[in-house]
Amino acid sequence: MKLAYWMYAGPAHIGTLRIASSFKNVHAIMHAPLGDDYFNVMRSMLERERDFTPVTTSVVDRHVLAQGSQEKVVDNIVRKDHEETPDLIVLTPTCTSSILQEDLQNFVERASLDAQCDVLLADVNHYRVNELQAADRTLQQIVQFYIEKAQKKGELPTEKTDNPSVNIIGMTTLGFHNNHDRTELVKLMGDLGIDVNLVLPDKASVDQIKQLPRAWFNLVPYREVGPATATYLQETFDQPTVDITPMGIVETARCIRVIQKVLNAQGATVDYEAFIDEQTRFVSNAAWFSRSIDCQNLTGKKAVVFGDSTHAAAMTKILTREMGIHVVLAGTYCKYDEAWFREQVGEYCDEILISEDHGAIADKIATIEPAAIFGTQMERHVGKRLDIPCGVIAAPIHIQNFPVGYRPFLGYEGSNQLVDLIYNSFTLGMEDHLLEIFGGHDTKEVITKTVSANGDLNWTTDALTELKRVPGFVRGKVKRNTEKFARDHGHSNIDVEVMYAAKEAVGA
Amino acid sequence: MTLAKPQTQNLEFDCDTGNYHTFCPISCVAWLYQKIEDSFFLVIGTKTCGYFLQNAMGVMIFAEPRYAMAELEEGDISAQLSDYAELKRLCEQIKRDRNPSVIVFIGTCTTEIIKMDLEGLAPSLEAEIGIPIVVARANGLDYAFTQGEDTVLAAMVQRCPTSADLDSPAEKEERNSIQKLLNFGRQKAEETPAITTEMKDHPNLVIFGSVPDPIVTQMTLELKKQGIQVGGWLPAKRYTELPVLDEGDYVVGINPFLSRTATGLMRRRKCKLIGAPFPIGPDGTRAWVEKICSVFGIEPQGLADREAKIWASLEEYLAIVRGKSVYFMGDNLLEISLARFLVRCGMTVPEIGIPYMDKRYQAAELALLEKTCHEMAAPLPKIIEKPDNYTQIHRIQQLQPDLVITGMAHANPLEARGINTKWSVEFTFAQIHGFANARDILELVTRPLRRNNSLRDLGWDKLIQEEVNV
Repeated sequence: MKLAYWMYAGPAHIGTLRIASSFKNVHAIMHAPLGDDYFNVMRSMLERERDFTPVTTSVVDRHVLAQGSQEKVVDNIVRKDHEETPDLIVLTPTCTSSILQEDLQNFVERASLDAQCDVLLADVNHYRVNELQAADRTLQQIVQFYIEKAQKKGELPTEKTDNPSVNIIGMTTLGFHNNHDRTELVKLMGDLGIDVNLVLPDKASVDQIKQLPRAWFNLVPYREVGPATATYLQETFDQPTVDITPMGIVETARCIRVIQKVLNAQGATVDYEAFIDEQTRFVSNAAWFSRSIDCQNLTGKKAVVFGDSTHAAAMTKILTREMGIHVVLAGTYCKYDEAWFREQVGEYCDEILISEDHGAIADKIATIEPAAIFGTQMERHVGKRLDIPCGVIAAPIHIQNFPVGYRPFLGYEGSNQLVDLIYNSFTLGMEDHLLEIFGGHDTKEVITKTVSANGDLNWTTDALTELKRVPGFVRGKVKRNTEKFARDHGHSNIDVEVMYAAKEAVGA
Repeated sequence: MTLAKPQTQNLEFDCDTGNYHTFCPISCVAWLYQKIEDSFFLVIGTKTCGYFLQNAMGVMIFAEPRYAMAELEEGDISAQLSDYAELKRLCEQIKRDRNPSVIVFIGTCTTEIIKMDLEGLAPSLEAEIGIPIVVARANGLDYAFTQGEDTVLAAMVQRCPTSADLDSPAEKEERNSIQKLLNFGRQKAEETPAITTEMKDHPNLVIFGSVPDPIVTQMTLELKKQGIQVGGWLPAKRYTELPVLDEGDYVVGINPFLSRTATGLMRRRKCKLIGAPFPIGPDGTRAWVEKICSVFGIEPQGLADREAKIWASLEEYLAIVRGKSVYFMGDNLLEISLARFLVRCGMTVPEIGIPYMDKRYQAAELALLEKTCHEMAAPLPKIIEKPDNYTQIHRIQQLQPDLVITGMAHANPLEARGINTKWSVEFTFAQIHGFANARDILELVTRPLRRNNSLRDLGWDKLIQEEVNV
């Protein structure tokens, strides 16, 4: 047992449901007790979805516990097939149903006989994988099922498209800014003269899956969802994968150059260098921003980054490489993908933290006292408590992270958005401490927001006034260092002299 | 007139497939940990339970709540780890970090399936760590949403002291008597000036059901006006202040979902249950107070005037709802009481969905619903226990009600189809009891109607491209 208050990644079935409900006309039936259909609330509320979420429950109650599901699951599948005529029903086990050890595969086989639609059992282990791993696995499972089905029927097209074309794999419902990223990537492909063969799974129909092999290559923008499918397609059809997240100016260029290589290897003759140069220098504003004096002021400012692998790694690179910001700590909660993360950010930050414990990252933030945090909603709240601004860059997220306006994180427009996000986080912090340096809008008595370790030391009025002049974001540290110095040197009163002695001694 | 018909019409009950959306009953920790200030709730379950709580409680999760998950791992499921040792380790950690007066174990679906004997483990664990452990099985296999509170309170029934317990010094020590005395003293000092009516002589009365503190004060005062002294509330603000319960004491429920607690009070503590409608809406509040008075042989004073005044003050809201229809999809068991109030407000109710219908515990409420319908010449609603959301949405499409009270899973899709909705969950968290809060209920009920009135002429009430495929 583990004492837990908060988790970054959800349980496995959430990942399966995210995949199923991303497709058009695919229905998921959860084998779960009453109340486990919380996914429907999240989708309806967070995404402000207009349609009913295609997820229902085959309820596990006392009777099921006593006698087994018997006909119930099969009846529910057949009923849903009749009511909604979906193309596919995904039977989704939950943590509860997986310990009942019912033969769900058998239900699926029986239901397939009566149902018009296809029926699949999501193949995920609830005690071993989380939401993200399950999503990756389920997408691969569905793709493989329909590829093999088409193969059997001899309907699998083998010819590549005439024009260079791409499958964009991994865009899902409830994914962080996925809908905007989708638009941005489709636009980018258009600019590069590449046809989009299929976007998967977002709004795709399962009938389209058999068209996947026609694309010249697969683009997998996110590390969490899609790689399993791309690997399968690579192994089965020798279809190349481009798995560089085009987030930030440098990585977007790198992604485009790899695409160029992949296409030219298949006989195209494309040269994207002029496009990259034009976009970088004149169309997108991110490169110019990094050269401007605004960004100069950010040089060496300390930041902490935490999130899923994709966003935390990309953000770390942008901050360090494109803006000259000092990333003290970069971290991810994707423990299962630790090696990849370390390799990605190793040279761009001082320290790496791989943890699912929100307390561990909160403690780190409190110790480092960065000028800004880039993290999840949890880090935003940590920042609130410590008075440090936070830009949200990854799930878990709230409704305000599903903006109505166009806010991609990927591609050239994405880098513009990131500039705003980063710059606004830092200026807010600057403004905040400028206000405090000049005594704030009102002359309030509160002199410091950090809690002092203990009250055995007496600050003189002069020293307190002096402390007030220290910029807000380092004040706590100055206070602590001064107190430590005073204690070490046996001063019980802290006056201005002691303060400056401390500053000289420890550089506080 | 309506004299000829009433006796021929009766409420119609039906039971459907139980394929409906509701919150998991473990959600009760969200309001109970706030209510019982010295408690700690430990939900023994999986990531699924944790994920639900984390999302359902929203910002509360960041406020260092006094609840946590004991997240079961593969080793716990396959019994490679000892439940007892694991729970002991976690309880010691909780004791060290939070020092609560009680730890409430919330059993979940998983603990049911793997048959973890929480009730059996608790007493020895309790003895070993020195903190009371209350076990409630608030799981989705058996219960819906608010019934979670019922399971917790039913478990607490056994922990209420008798007056004999309080005389024994050992018990006093255990219940932290000094603090209790201090609190008693403070409460008495606060209460004394408020008492204007002479107290009648009546048996001890304990009210059960968790409501916010302002409601506790309001309802206590409401009864005081009739000369009735409330002997205690289950639950109280602190676990160490659970009310004294003796054989023969009277108990009355404040919420419609507390049938197990009521049963526990009657069977295990030999208390007498006052079966009354619930004090939701001015009509319900009056009926509740009247019923308590009648049991104690007290003539109620000034209630009719009080009710009339409240109704008069609600006129601006009543003008909006009068003649409109409201459909309850059903998910929190407050449905019967709310429907009864809204019928009295002049609305019609074609259907009341409800997760579970205890006809005995809700008897007085059902009778009042029936009476209200007759008096308002409104058709009797059909009551559907364990509804089926899919068929309900069909019926909603046909009936086109003016308002649907529903869970969040269906609210946005219905709005997109031009149907006004109100999230049912808000009724659980808003203050809805007593005379003074009738306004709050109507504020909630009329909000979608008022909002959509102001958007009415814009011409975009249906916002989907094709009609729903049902």
